[in-house]
Amino acid sequence: MIERTPLLNIATHVILGFGLVIILVPIWLAFVAATQTLQAVNSAPVEFWPGDQLFVNLREAWAQSDFGPKFVNTLIVATGVVVGKITLACITAFALVFFNFRGRMLIFWMIFITLMLPLEVRIVPTYAVAANALTPFQTIMDWTGISWLIAMLSGVEVALEWNLLNSYTGLILPLVATATGTFLYRQFFLTIPDELVEAARMDGAGPLRFLWDVLIPLSKTNIAALATIMFVYAWNQYLWPLLVVTDRANYGMVVVQLSDLVPDQLTTGGGTPTWHLAMAATLVVMLPPIAIVILMQRWFVRGLINTDK
Amino acid sequence: MMRRAYFKFSWIAAALLAPQLLIIFVFFYWPSAQALYWAFTLEQPWGGGNTWVGFDNFRKVLSDPYYWGSVRVSVIYALATTVLAMTMALVLAVFVDRQLAGYKAYRVAIIWPYAVAAPAVGLAFQFVFNPGAGIFSYINTIAPGWWDLSKYPWQAVTAIVVAGAWKQVAYSFVFFLAALQSIPRSLTEAAAMDGARPLRRMVDLQLPLLTPTFFFLLVINITDSFTDSFGIVDTLTGGGPFRATDLMVYKIYTDGFRGFDYSGAAAQSIILMLLVMALTFVQFRYVERRVHYT
Repeated sequence: MIERTPLLNIATHVILGFGLVIILVPIWLAFVAATQTLQAVNSAPVEFWPGDQLFVNLREAWAQSDFGPKFVNTLIVATGVVVGKITLACITAFALVFFNFRGRMLIFWMIFITLMLPLEVRIVPTYAVAANALTPFQTIMDWTGISWLIAMLSGVEVALEWNLLNSYTGLILPLVATATGTFLYRQFFLTIPDELVEAARMDGAGPLRFLWDVLIPLSKTNIAALATIMFVYAWNQYLWPLLVVTDRANYGMVVVQLSDLVPDQLTTGGGTPTWHLAMAATLVVMLPPIAIVILMQRWFVRGLINTDK
Repeated sequence: MMRRAYFKFSWIAAALLAPQLLIIFVFFYWPSAQALYWAFTLEQPWGGGNTWVGFDNFRKVLSDPYYWGSVRVSVIYALATTVLAMTMALVLAVFVDRQLAGYKAYRVAIIWPYAVAAPAVGLAFQFVFNPGAGIFSYINTIAPGWWDLSKYPWQAVTAIVVAGAWKQVAYSFVFFLAALQSIPRSLTEAAAMDGARPLRRMVDLQLPLLTPTFFFLLVINITDSFTDSFGIVDTLTGGGPFRATDLMVYKIYTDGFRGFDYSGAAAQSIILMLLVMALTFVQFRYVERRVHYT
């Protein structure tokens, strides 16, 4: 503080306090609902203080939504996406920064431009690809006449098929490509002094050794930052798992499960909506990414700001 | 940008690039090309060939009043959530940046909503806004039937806007705060020595220096509201009532997967893609400028 401003300080706390109330109220109400009985949650003067049913509701919501296996699935997918994204980002950026070859910028732009194609806008054809991930290759072979040639020469009809629906691969693979991660790594690699590369070469280290022994240890903070935002991203995926997984019992993810909890009149058959269970389940689903963000706050903020998205 | 020292190009570099390129080819380029192709053909839902129809799909989509309704509500949603979220984020960031006692606690308390999944936000607000159970049930005991977002379009739109804005505050806040903290302290001190009081410094010094961040966030927030709204709409209103909250992304999903109208959904996807591309270009232009600025 440069000068004493007691009045403005009070005003600051008031304004921030007001902001916090706006941010906290919806989640507080959800929490309060999760602590109440079915009757209390649906009775008119809304409660503002928690009841004593939290653990009862949590247990019932957990059992009802079969959260056990779904948490395992979500964790598998989130870990897969995080590891995949970081690995891909790292090796792609490494190849782009430390090798000199023609078409470097072209590849760079080809990756960059995928930022403009969010999953939501290409959802219908991406789903078609997931039903058979080898369609592009099949089509290319059909067009170029390669399949015709193979059929002529060997009598084997080329019919490539790789169905990704209801599989971890299908949940993970399309989410793994990462323009932002590649950038974060590229920017970091560009700050590595040339002398390090020269020294590594003089010591007779090849590129892979340099990557593994020098760059990866140096990029630990990047990994932490990227891992945090990517975990949140992967955990919160909704539209893609909603489509790719029809076998919810085996491959369902927790966030998708939320859509089944909307207690409208149709699902309850005109009965009393079970808001206490829906809110308990919502809390359970929200908690892991929130915990990660609060724990890893420093890295999370750095990751967000460095990637500019 | 250029380095002097490189490794010699070899199969290693190609092998390192291959996985990412393969994935973006299969899951980004191919589907986008496919969408373009479908947009100009009439695709049968379960295969069985398709016929070239030129701009017919676009003509159909653009002459559909429901489509224009969806565009209108998407634009309203985008602008309203962006303005609400950014205003709130800016005010909070400016005051958190005063770094009074406890500012770190404020910071955490404002950042965490970023981590909440859109469908969870939708579901929580579905409860808060529910005419029978949430705080609005209280209003309905005073004025029965006044609040019911499954009946009144404007209430449903308000609900998704509030939920969307709530979710977006944290993201803008992080950027505003980072930008504020990168303003050199010497500048603030110089202004103070010239007699500028804190409020004056906010208005005449901090806010003008935030303009680049402001424009960046404006574009990001608008882009996100086009693509990120799916989860909120799906759990909060389901597109209703009377399609009042049928945002563009949601309509693509329902037309494509519920209505099996692949060609119509593809034409809508292409329009939305062009929109997102235009916005992203603006963002690149800005990001480039900001590099010179800092």
